[in-house]
Amino acid sequence: MELNDLAPLCGEWLRGSGPESDIVISSRIRLARNLAEFPFISRASPQEREQIESLLHEQIIEIKQDSEELMYLNVDDLEGLDRQFLVERQLISREHADSEGARGVAIDSGEQMSLMINEEDHLRIQVMHSGLDLENVWQQINHIDDLIEQRVTFAYSKDLGYLTACPTNVGTGLRVSVMLHLPALVITRQLDKVFRSLQKISLAVRGLYGEGSQAMGDFYQISNQITLGRSEEELVAQVGDVVPKLIDYERHARDFLLKESHENLHDRVSRAFGILSTARTISSEETMMLLSSVRMGVNLGMIDDLQIPVLNQLFIHTQPAHLQKLSGHVLDTADRNIERAKYLRRHLLGGKDGEAEQN
Amino acid sequence: MALKCQQCDKTATYHITELTGGKPQELHLCEDHARHYLTAAEDEPEAPSSLAGALAEQLSVSQTAEELARLDQLSCPVCGITFYDFHSKGRLGCPHDYVCFAEELEPLIVNIHGDTQHVGKVPKHSAEGSERQTKLIQLRREIKEAVSEENYERAGKLKDEIHRHEKGEAS
Ligand SMILES: [Zn+2]
Ligand SMILES: [Zn+2]
Repeated sequence: MELNDLAPLCGEWLRGSGPESDIVISSRIRLARNLAEFPFISRASPQEREQIESLLHEQIIEIKQDSEELMYLNVDDLEGLDRQFLVERQLISREHADSEGARGVAIDSGEQMSLMINEEDHLRIQVMHSGLDLENVWQQINHIDDLIEQRVTFAYSKDLGYLTACPTNVGTGLRVSVMLHLPALVITRQLDKVFRSLQKISLAVRGLYGEGSQAMGDFYQISNQITLGRSEEELVAQVGDVVPKLIDYERHARDFLLKESHENLHDRVSRAFGILSTARTISSEETMMLLSSVRMGVNLGMIDDLQIPVLNQLFIHTQPAHLQKLSGHVLDTADRNIERAKYLRRHLLGGKDGEAEQN
Repeated sequence: MALKCQQCDKTATYHITELTGGKPQELHLCEDHARHYLTAAEDEPEAPSSLAGALAEQLSVSQTAEELARLDQLSCPVCGITFYDFHSKGRLGCPHDYVCFAEELEPLIVNIHGDTQHVGKVPKHSAEGSERQTKLIQLRREIKEAVSEENYERAGKLKDEIHRHEKGEAS
């Protein structure tokens, strides 16, 4: 498998299946680990980084997923566009893409796991599943961690657990994140209330807004802030326990909208679909916002003939690096906006409009 | 009225509400900076700003100016990082920092996690040899310094010592 083979696919987290996948986009856990016999990255010399990279590369490549080899990418050797592509795909962090020196990432072909070498810590293990599936994600990542740990010695202390470059990750080194699509809570202006209650139990919420505080994409990520003093299972449960409540709030808000302002909601969805399927040039911001409305519309049965996985694919394939890799050209912002509109028309009109243009 | 990006001169088209921490914080960014901010911060919803905040808070309430100056000069014998380096960059230099800066880090760790005792996973093949590993970090740094000072005699001795430690023999 090579990097370019990934481009036409859409990745695990946007597969659009798994429990509650109309609202829960993805469940993700990452573990931060460091080798005991090397300094952390900030104090490692270029030679030491190379040693860390080759040592970990050698060991993790042996960790097979369903007896299949991992794809290993030397991130320092990649073109900027390929690095951005991996960031959009959530397989590496922006920090990993932008930093310098020996570093890499190992990925399985299903894109469920990614192992970053020489990011903020020597090793960042990430496992991601579509939908709400935290228990299985934890089982899988715990197993991978066990396998790697048989081969290397991690920096660990009895009192502070796994030692990390930043004290915010010390202890379990574990970050649980669930990404949710909450358009109805945004429309009904109930988000603040919901999120304020989350902060009381020390969960972090990240939201993305567009112009004029109009919700942009309506995607929110919930994650734990604490990593020390609780077991991994407790931390996973802490996030896992609030997600059903959020799903419930969102479903109630959708029911409310269907009952109280069905025409307005349907209008919003239809207009969004109309713009996406006819525009000649469109920014990624507007695309995200409109796709969000269409996504809700599909989940509420307002649009036929459009499947959630197709829609999820549009979210990822209209990102700048994806657009460029799929078109096979490097494009500036204006050309990307044209290419994006073309791509959307082709996929939303089922080839009626797009096929002829493609040639 | 178009707002300018907080990090460059372009028009801010993204308005992000950061809900982490105390009260919601508004950020106004252009597409490039917004993308950068969101993708960089996604994995670490709390890291840079709240760590810096917690550090500043802790240092300002508990330390006088002289104490701060003294604190900043503390350095780790293993990796050579000063507390000032950590304080300004927010990243530690090696696992031993948790030992040599233990006193200084504790209030920060309590502030972040509300706890000081790990209760999670224990590596099955535990790091009993962590002293040996710590020694290796130190020796590798010292050999680098010896070479840069052209002290080849010392570098040679260090090389032998590193070799012994890598093979797992205690010195
Ligand atoms: Zn900017
Ligand atoms: Zn150190």
